[in-house]
Amino acid sequence: MKLFPIRGGIHPDYRKEATSEKAIVALPLPARLYLPVQQHMGAPASVVVEVGAQVKKGQLLARGQGAVSAPVHAPASGTVIAIGEMTAPHPSGLPQLTITLETNGKDEWAELPAPIADPFAATPAQIKERVAASGIVGMGGATFPSAVKLGLGGQYKLEILLLNGAECEPYLTCDDRVMREYADEVVDGARIMAHALGAPKIVIAIEENKPQALEIMTKAASAFANIEVGGVPVQYPMGAERHLTQAITGRETPARKLTADVGVVVHNVATARAVHNAVRFGRPLTSRVVTVSGGAIAEPKNVEVPVGTKVSELIAFCGGLAKEAKRFVNGGPMMGQPLPSLDVPVVKGTSGILALTAGEANEHATQPCIRCGTCVTICPCGLVPVQMAAFIRHDKLDKASELGLMDCVSCGSCSYICPSGLPLVHYFNYAKGALNAADRDRRKQEQTKALVEARAARLERQAEAKRQAALAAAAARKAQSENPDANKANA
Amino acid sequence: MWLDVGSLAAIGGVLGGMLGVASRYLAVEADEAEAEIQAMLPGSNCAQCGFVGCSQYAAALAKHEAGVTLCAPGGRAVAEALAKKLGVHADLSDHEDVGPKVAFVNEELCIGCLRCAQECSTDAIVGANKQVHTVIADVCHACAKCFKVCPTEAIEMRPVPKTIGAWHWAKPATGQQPQH
Amino acid sequence: MSIVVDKSGPFTHAPNSVQQTMTLVLAALVPATLFDAWLFGWPAIFLFVFTVAACMGIEAFCLKIQNRPLTSLSDGSAALTGWLLAMSLPPWTPWWVALIGAVFAICLAKHLFGGLGQNVFNPAMVGRIAVLVSFPVQMTAFVAPHPLFAAASPDFAQSLAIFIHGFDLDTISAASALGFVKTELSRGIAVSESVGKVPSVTDMLLGLHPGSFGETSAVLILAGGLFLLAKRIISWHIPVTVLGTLFLFGTVFSAVDPARYTSGVFQVVSGASFLGAFFIATDYVTSPVSKQGQLVYGFGVGALTWLIRTYAGYPEGMAFAVLLMNALTPIIDQYIRPRAFGRTRKGEPLPLLKGDK
Repeated sequence: MKLFPIRGGIHPDYRKEATSEKAIVALPLPARLYLPVQQHMGAPASVVVEVGAQVKKGQLLARGQGAVSAPVHAPASGTVIAIGEMTAPHPSGLPQLTITLETNGKDEWAELPAPIADPFAATPAQIKERVAASGIVGMGGATFPSAVKLGLGGQYKLEILLLNGAECEPYLTCDDRVMREYADEVVDGARIMAHALGAPKIVIAIEENKPQALEIMTKAASAFANIEVGGVPVQYPMGAERHLTQAITGRETPARKLTADVGVVVHNVATARAVHNAVRFGRPLTSRVVTVSGGAIAEPKNVEVPVGTKVSELIAFCGGLAKEAKRFVNGGPMMGQPLPSLDVPVVKGTSGILALTAGEANEHATQPCIRCGTCVTICPCGLVPVQMAAFIRHDKLDKASELGLMDCVSCGSCSYICPSGLPLVHYFNYAKGALNAADRDRRKQEQTKALVEARAARLERQAEAKRQAALAAAAARKAQSENPDANKANA
Repeated sequence: MWLDVGSLAAIGGVLGGMLGVASRYLAVEADEAEAEIQAMLPGSNCAQCGFVGCSQYAAALAKHEAGVTLCAPGGRAVAEALAKKLGVHADLSDHEDVGPKVAFVNEELCIGCLRCAQECSTDAIVGANKQVHTVIADVCHACAKCFKVCPTEAIEMRPVPKTIGAWHWAKPATGQQPQH
Repeated sequence: MSIVVDKSGPFTHAPNSVQQTMTLVLAALVPATLFDAWLFGWPAIFLFVFTVAACMGIEAFCLKIQNRPLTSLSDGSAALTGWLLAMSLPPWTPWWVALIGAVFAICLAKHLFGGLGQNVFNPAMVGRIAVLVSFPVQMTAFVAPHPLFAAASPDFAQSLAIFIHGFDLDTISAASALGFVKTELSRGIAVSESVGKVPSVTDMLLGLHPGSFGETSAVLILAGGLFLLAKRIISWHIPVTVLGTLFLFGTVFSAVDPARYTSGVFQVVSGASFLGAFFIATDYVTSPVSKQGQLVYGFGVGALTWLIRTYAGYPEGMAFAVLLMNALTPIIDQYIRPRAFGRTRKGEPLPLLKGDK
């Protein structure tokens, strides 16, 4: 398969040996599961059960709201014992609405929607509806509602469904194991998604450091003429959707546009497996494979975890902490978010839980920038981190934005390679957030202004109406006083 | 030698004098259109800035007699916009500490008199006579006029709760860098 | 267990650091330094040690009065500045010239601009130029090689005296190749003739000829430069363009008028060409950050060096050329940036090639 080079990027120490050869093990069902209503991008789901309700596995607990949203289903049967605020697995440590489910160990399935007998005869709308009802979101970590992405076939002329098996983050091996152990399900899910998208071709891209996955997937796909399995170079961030699209097709997605604009839609391999389960068995998304790794974990593993499991229980299942951990990360070390506490739940987008030692985190004290320009050389988006960071340091966020800050995907390559240990991505995350906050403030101001003016206009109208009414009443009184008999006769 | 020194000194004096005259008589007046400044303010005449109404504050701003950070309901957005218009530097540090606020009706104290609903500059309070009133938080911009008129002190100005959606990373503190 | 979330990712880092980079650059300079220390004897060794020590001492003083931590000394940047400054001085320069150079380099060119990473001009070159302009006699007093333990070389005590008091310029000094050619030209003797009297190309490559302390052995400098390239400390863009431009100008102009212009090979092997191309023009702080910008910068350094060598009053133009291009680095960085992903060179989003549904 012809490949195209991508610019920049880094080659970190991948450290996948700890878990790459460990088959997926299922976590024994925890006593309690904590299900946030927002495990996806878009509007939070709205709770449809009450405290005390008995629910079965796969039952709807919260309904998606609006066009970009996803429902939440019970991963096990049990009783809803609380619906309230709980710390979210988010670096802010802020709480979010969470449903607490006490499991009863019976594992009874609720009444599930009927399997779609022949998905390839179904309409794209029917498949999209099933995917939406099953709560499937992007399992690579972005958690974008998959049904919305599947609807792109109606708006764009698509050529390729690109299945992302790159898994370019260090430590993570969950996608690798899913491809090795559930290859047929992944291929089937991909074919169903391609049918829904109207894409004639499927390409499954796997980084070359996963030779077994390449072999197994090639065999699983060999029966289908329109599926190609290709190895891509081991380079971070090969798994970023725009860069993977460029590597496979050579097309560069224009800024502010989707990969669909160049005829490609990218989905994660685990998402494909979830679509297979939803369409063939009617099962909603209630569990996922999580890689638990890092030097501080006693027994690193790949675990099939019910959504809502507490991170502390998952770590305990993996032998607990053998060494002191400097950082706990949700996801991979490059783009993963720090965990505010271990008492937070695993959600649909949790691809990895890492407990990193100080040696692994290798944090440098910050020194002044020496303008070595390495960040410019390796930026996969062709930006100039050194200059943007300098502007942000001096609070000139607009100038940084002019240099292309909003094009930054926060891949972390620049921070990784900076010899002075500058927290470049932290600067960019801060600046993007501050610029968005300023935008929100401006819009609120405009709204306020409009409301104040509307109110003034309303009061003016009411005053005018009063004046008119007073004039009319005065005229009527005058008429009556001049002609009292006419009125008595009329009455 | 004296000729050299004298001629250079004379040239310097003439040129310096010309510059001084130019700075006084050819100076460019900044265009501080008062109406434009007033258009940037919320217009609710809440008087939190210390002036009676928004137009008075705008007049003072146009004459550079007032700071740009006095409008509390306007928040950062208005302060930054005014700073840009007037070409001054806005010290936004107090906005960080105080933060945006929103009005809240304590339902146990509300007697349903409708005074706050009539006073609200953005029609953010809903309620009927003898019914408990409530504030639509998204619309309220904390001008605090309702707070002043409530006869039972049922309204309090609360800080806007932080949400995950509005959260962002703080600026990294790099101690090693020199403070400019 | 309480977790403090104080920084965002990434939570891993490459095993590199500023200190490691500086150490590798110093290591790359070691072969040439050792050779020239042997070639020019004790006075050169004293000069080298003193210059590096002076630079580090002045750096410590500047850090102290700014209340910055003295641990910054360990990043190696002051040592590197001192090393490069020593290498660009004539080998038997007296101590006070080196000291004044160090003060200009560290205090003026580096700390007064804001310290590490903030200087506009290359500190070592500022130091060199300052003493070149102030003490032209001492700074053009090159000597022929006096290998370390040879009979005609000064011994320890004599060397110390030379280092402290200077040496008898009339009797011992010898001209560098560039200087010789320029002087002869001003006397009316054609370049094609005088070039025959300077050391051969082989000698110039190996270093057996008069010149500044560190720049004589082109081969060893090249070896150091290739080491840095292999370790990815520097990239090929600046060295290739500097040397390539020098070679190009030299070849083209000497083909037109060999009596007036030296050849491309002569330009490349003489003087500070190799040292400048691999170690001085490639200084991170003062060169552009983008690769395309570095190509423009390298061309400028090469062209200006050739211009100054050929037409200007000084025989060696590398230091001036580097400083002049340093002044242009901010402009180059502003106008020459890489093309962003998904955008044209002008910054607009790429046009869509195919129509959508």
